Amino acid sequence: MAERSEEVKLLGMWASPFSRRVEIALTLKGVPYEFSEQDIANKSPLLLQSNPVHKKIPVLLHSGKPISESLVILEYIDDTWQNNPILPQDPYDRATARFWGRFVDEQIYVTAMKVVGKVGEEKDAAVEATRDLLKLLEKELVGKKFLGGERLGFVDIVATLVAFWLMRTEEVVGVKVVPVEMFPEIHRWVKNLLDVDVIKKCIPPEDEHLNYIRARMDRLKLKSV
Amino acid sequence: MADEVILLDYWPSMFGMRTRVALEEKNIKFDYREQDLFNKSPILLEMNLVHKKIPVLIHNGKPVCESLIQVEYIDETWPGGNPLLPSDPYQRAQAKFWGDFIDKKVYGPTRLIWGAKGEEQEVGTKEFIEMLKMLESELGDKTYFGGETFGYVDIALIGFYCWFDILEKCGNFSIDAVCPKLIAWAKRCMKRDSVAKSLPDSDKINKFVPELKKKIGIE
Ligand SMILES: N[C@@H](CCC(=O)N[C@@H](CS)C(=O)NCC(=O)O)C(=O)O
Ligand SMILES: N[C@@H](CCC(=O)N[C@@H](CS)C(=O)NCC(=O)O)C(=O)O
Repeated sequence: MAERSEEVKLLGMWASPFSRRVEIALTLKGVPYEFSEQDIANKSPLLLQSNPVHKKIPVLLHSGKPISESLVILEYIDDTWQNNPILPQDPYDRATARFWGRFVDEQIYVTAMKVVGKVGEEKDAAVEATRDLLKLLEKELVGKKFLGGERLGFVDIVATLVAFWLMRTEEVVGVKVVPVEMFPEIHRWVKNLLDVDVIKKCIPPEDEHLNYIRARMDRLKLKSV
Repeated sequence: MADEVILLDYWPSMFGMRTRVALEEKNIKFDYREQDLFNKSPILLEMNLVHKKIPVLIHNGKPVCESLIQVEYIDETWPGGNPLLPSDPYQRAQAKFWGDFIDKKVYGPTRLIWGAKGEEQEVGTKEFIEMLKMLESELGDKTYFGGETFGYVDIALIGFYCWFDILEKCGNFSIDAVCPKLIAWAKRCMKRDSVAKSLPDSDKINKFVPELKKKIGIE
C-alpha cells in the first residue's frame, strides 16, 4: 500500500472531460488514487484552498501538494511516474503533442462551447467553425491508429474531450457537429479508443452522461430566456 | 550537421520576446526574420498552417509554434547551459501553471487597456492590476519566479515589461505603486544580456501602439 505521505487524491467531477483526462492518465500508470467528487455550484474549502487562482477542478493533490490545470497535471503525472509514457521522448514530438493539446482546449473546446451556448445564426457559424478546426484533427489521424501513433498518448487523452464530450453533446443539442461522412477518421479513432480498457473504464457511462448534459442544457436555456 | 535555427518574429511581440530570450540564454545563434503581419509571407503561412501567427521557431527545417512550447523545446533540445525549467516535477508543474496563467489571464486585459475605451478599458485595467498582484504574491521575496535562477516564468512574463509604460499611460495607473516588487524583479531581469538584447525600448513601443491602432482601425 502507498504510504500516507504519497497519497494521491483527485478533486474532480464525474462528468467533466478535464477531470476524466487525469483519471485516464493515473489509470494508465497504475497509480492508485482517491477520487473526491466536487460540487462546483458550492465549492468546498479544500478546492478553494487548493486552486485559489482559477477555483476549478480538476486538482491533483500529491502528498498534499496541489497541481491545477489538466494539461499541467498530465505532464506532472508523466514526469512523476515514468512507466507507460504519455508524451513522446523526442523533443520535437513532445512540442508537437503539446501544440495539439493546446489546440484542443484553446480552439476546439472554446468554439464548441458556442455551439452549446448560442442560437440561430451564431450557432450555425459556431458549428462551421468547430468543423473547420476538427478537419485539422481529422488530417492528423490519417494513417494512424491514435493521435499518438500506434499507442495512446497525450493528445489522445486530451482529445477524449472531442470523443466523449463534444460527440455526446451534439446528440443532445440536436446538431450533428461531427458527422461520420465528413469525419471518417475521427469516428475510426473513437472506435479505437473504445478498444482500450483504460479508456472504457475511465469515461462516464453514456446514459447517465447524456442525462446530465441534457439537464445542464435545460438550465442554460432557462437562463438565456 | 550544424543546427539551423530560424525565428519568424515581429519586434513588438511579447510572445516573440520569450523565444528570443530563451535562445539567448542558451547561446544559440539564430537567423531572425522580421515578419509583416499585415501581409503575411509564404514562409509564415506554410510554417504555421494552423494559427498563422508569429513567433515560429524553425529548427533544421521543422517548425515549432506557440512561444511557451518553443521555450520548453529549446530547453529540452539544448539541455546544457542554464536550465530554464526546474528538474523537480512539482516545481516544473508550478512553472507551467504560471506560464499558462500569463497566457490566459494577463494578455487579454492588456489589449483592453490600449485598445478599448471607457468602461471596457476600466475593466481591463482592474483585471490587469489584479493579475499582476497575484503574480507579485507568487514572486514574494524571491529573486526570480523560480527562486535564485532565471527561468521559464520569468521568460513568460518579462516581454510585458516594455509595454508597461504605454499601458500605464493608456489606463492612467502606476504599476510601481501597486506592485513594487514586480518592478524590482523586472529591473533585475533587464540586467541580463539575454533580456536586454531581446526587448525593445519602451519608447519604441509607445510610438508603435498609436500606429497599430490606426492600422487596425480602432483610432
Ligand atoms: N483549463 C481547465 C478547465 C477546467 C474546467 O473548466 N473545470 C470546470 C468544470 S468542467 C470548473 O471547475 N468550473 C468551475 C468554475 O468555473 O467555477 C483544465 O484544463 O483543467
Ligand atoms: N499563443 C501564441 C500567441 C502569438 C500571437 O498572438 N502572435 C501575434 C503577434 S503578437 C500574431 O502573430 N498575430 C497575427 C494574427 O493574428 O494574424 C504564442 O504564444 O506564440
